Amino acid sequence: MKLEVNGKQHEVDVPADMPLLWVLRDVIGLTGTKFGCGMAQCGACTVQVDGAAIRSCITPASALAGKKITTIEGLSADVTHPVQRAWIEADVVQCGYCQSGQVMAAAALLAQKPKPTDAEIDTAMSGNICRCGTYQRIRTAVHRASELMAAAPAKEKSHAA
Amino acid sequence: MLRELPNSVNQGVTPSPPNPPLEGEGSKARVAPLEGQGLQRRAFLKATATLSAGLVVAFWMPAGLRRAFAQGPAPAMIPPDAFVRIAPDSTVTILLKHSEMGQGIWTSLPMVVADELDCDWSKVRVEHAPAAPAYAHTAFGMQMTGGSTSTWESFGQLRQAGATARALLIAAAAAKWNVQPVDCRTAKGFVTSGSHKASYGELADAAAKLPIPDEIALKDAKDFSLIGKPTRRLDSKAKVSGTAEFGIDVKRPDMLIALVARAPVFGAKVKSFDAAKAKAVAGVVDVVQVPSGVAVLGKHFWAAKQGRDALTIDWDLGAGATLNTAALRDDYRKLAQKTGTVAKSAGNVDAALEGAAVIEAEYGVPFLAHAPMEPLNCTVEIGKDGCDIYTGTQFQTMDQGTAAAILGLKPEQVRIHTTFLGGGFGRRATPTSDFVAEAVQVAKASGKTVKVVWTREDDIHGGYYRPMWLSRLRAALGKDGKPAAWAHTIVGQSILAGTPFEKAMVKDGIDSTSVEGASDSPYLEAIAAHRVDLHSPASPVTVLWWRSVGHSHTGFAVESFVDELAHAAKVDPLAYRRELLPKNSRERLALDLAAEKFGWGKALPKGHAAGVAVHASFGSYVAQIAEVSADGNAIKVHRVVCAIDCGPVVNPLTVEAQMQSGIVYGLSAALHSELTLKEGRIEQSNFNNYPVLRLNEMPKVEVYIVPSTDKMGGCGEPGTPPIAPAVANAVFAATGKRLRQLPLHLA
Repeated sequence: MKLEVNGKQHEVDVPADMPLLWVLRDVIGLTGTKFGCGMAQCGACTVQVDGAAIRSCITPASALAGKKITTIEGLSADVTHPVQRAWIEADVVQCGYCQSGQVMAAAALLAQKPKPTDAEIDTAMSGNICRCGTYQRIRTAVHRASELMAAAPAKEKSHAA
Repeated sequence: MLRELPNSVNQGVTPSPPNPPLEGEGSKARVAPLEGQGLQRRAFLKATATLSAGLVVAFWMPAGLRRAFAQGPAPAMIPPDAFVRIAPDSTVTILLKHSEMGQGIWTSLPMVVADELDCDWSKVRVEHAPAAPAYAHTAFGMQMTGGSTSTWESFGQLRQAGATARALLIAAAAAKWNVQPVDCRTAKGFVTSGSHKASYGELADAAAKLPIPDEIALKDAKDFSLIGKPTRRLDSKAKVSGTAEFGIDVKRPDMLIALVARAPVFGAKVKSFDAAKAKAVAGVVDVVQVPSGVAVLGKHFWAAKQGRDALTIDWDLGAGATLNTAALRDDYRKLAQKTGTVAKSAGNVDAALEGAAVIEAEYGVPFLAHAPMEPLNCTVEIGKDGCDIYTGTQFQTMDQGTAAAILGLKPEQVRIHTTFLGGGFGRRATPTSDFVAEAVQVAKASGKTVKVVWTREDDIHGGYYRPMWLSRLRAALGKDGKPAAWAHTIVGQSILAGTPFEKAMVKDGIDSTSVEGASDSPYLEAIAAHRVDLHSPASPVTVLWWRSVGHSHTGFAVESFVDELAHAAKVDPLAYRRELLPKNSRERLALDLAAEKFGWGKALPKGHAAGVAVHASFGSYVAQIAEVSADGNAIKVHRVVCAIDCGPVVNPLTVEAQMQSGIVYGLSAALHSELTLKEGRIEQSNFNNYPVLRLNEMPKVEVYIVPSTDKMGGCGEPGTPPIAPAVANAVFAATGKRLRQLPLHLA
């Protein structure tokens, strides 16, 4: 099947029911997207499909033909997406394992709602578990990313919405 | 551009003293052996050409740095590797002997080296060190990360490493310019003297050829440029771009992915299995039996997973199939009626309780999985001259030795490549090296390079849990309302029994990790008659240290019970604790700071109430005050004020993050997580039925650091123990209901 990931076409020979997560990680070789639960409970596998955040661990790759898939590797060319900058500035990460998913979820939120309220952040981000407990800094960073986006609209070569 | 960091980052953090004095009595006791006589004579300097970076200065520190009270076996060989390397372009690479699992040592420990070295912080790079005796923990004698020890155990060692490198660079510059070393200055990666100036990179080659100077001066604390300053993490960029490599991301040539079908109940053995259907799954390459079960190897995870699902295994379940946690708890209750092995006692407790108005309570905590976000995994590549292991581990020396024994190799033939750890919390430090040993067995049995990956269900079912615990506490109050007698009986499995740590850490039948936080409670000092005793029933369930270890249950029991005594004595719970705690104790310093910042006693919104707890663990003293409300049966935690005295601080941002982290981890256990066994099977399986705290439940957490020159303690774990009792005590204040079982449920 054909998949468009981060603006690049991939021809992959995989079973139709194989989740996108494993096609990305074990076939295409993009390991930034993480496995955490396998049942859409933790959000570590979050990627964007046509700009919307989805859980790649339960999404069959075969359902995504013709759609634009963006992974953490494609969010920006040089780690300059406002969410990434805000995350670095707010010193969010700890172990970092969930953060690809957190960043992708936050970027999708901000694309929809450039100035989210605390309640909107809670709703959008509560599907992403962080066992290190970076939630407070995530809240700070989402607001900061919103400011950064307002100050300078994204100019980077992002494949994300 | 990043925003400038204020001296104190988030309003919550009280700035530590800009130049934390380090010569306090406590820190001297720990740092002195490293600063004292003889280090330079035992230190080695090695000039070594690396593959990519040209000539570098490399140091290695000898085993003599191990602390006097070290209990582990002495390293047998001269250390073969280094902490600091300086490349021709002045890039400074610091080899981290500890494992970065979120706790921030990837940044805070290099800060210590870089401060003494006076290098350019923007040119500091970090790598995990290989497994080698040089990197042994100075207290435990083996390479490992745990016990909230990393910063204090290596603080002196890393200062010395940085200062030694600096001294050699100065010596090289002085020789080059024909000036005296004393006339040279260093700053930001350059040595200067008068009009002379040279970068560290230019001097590294010459410096590497010089002998170690006799005297290596360490900085005065007032001259620290990095230590004590809020400093952002060095691993952020990699971790927000998907480029940080975790064990699960490792790729090796011709590598297969394996999933292992493990025992469905503890202690079960494979009787027979049928792999025909598994082998028929597209992408499945091999099926092999290993001691822990049956492994299915596939070209990718999905094939291995489908293959494992298709296996038919006949298990000999054994005695583990009769286990039920409800029955186990009843057994624990019965045991708690009898006095166990005494861990601490004074006076005649039984006489003091006899005939008195006894206040009695039982507190229970369940089995818990660590559930780090990165499921366990390990990649093994067996070659002609040894074996390469790629994994996120907290226990390099153990894993190396275990793998060597399985393969019939010498330990040094097993090369451990430590990746970033997607969380550890103790699960990646197993005395049996379970997940590493299993992967080695799969590689050995199949003859393939293999990455064994656990699913979340494997993780939740996989044992090595925080033990289930029961505490029975009894006290009689004196006329002054203070406890005159205190009896604490603890029931729970020993973590250390049967491990290599048993000899050093289990004394006279007491596993020190079972009673820590109870037998050494500061409250006991003023109680004339007290006793803490322990029952350690055995069970097939494998148990392990879980963030804060014994403190995760003793903190809950002791701090809940003290709260009950305060209410019985009709005294404010905060004032009661202050009365019981020794004056000038570090617990009181933390308690007072938390109370002040919280505004203890001030009116709270309607329906809200506050609860307090203070608990010392891993050398640090943490007080937390939780503001809670109950909406029906739902407990909502609104705000947590946390004060910590951990002694001198290297990076306040790390301390703040670790307190937030410990609180979230503890809140998951306080409000949600529980494992139960029914007929030997764990009833939970994934985050849907083993819930953990999510962002919408995150309270506002404020962290304050007690300015301190006292002994340096840890940060990774001490934030966890106080939160459950603080919340439970607040729930009592809000509702009048005393909850004594975790997770807390109002109905």
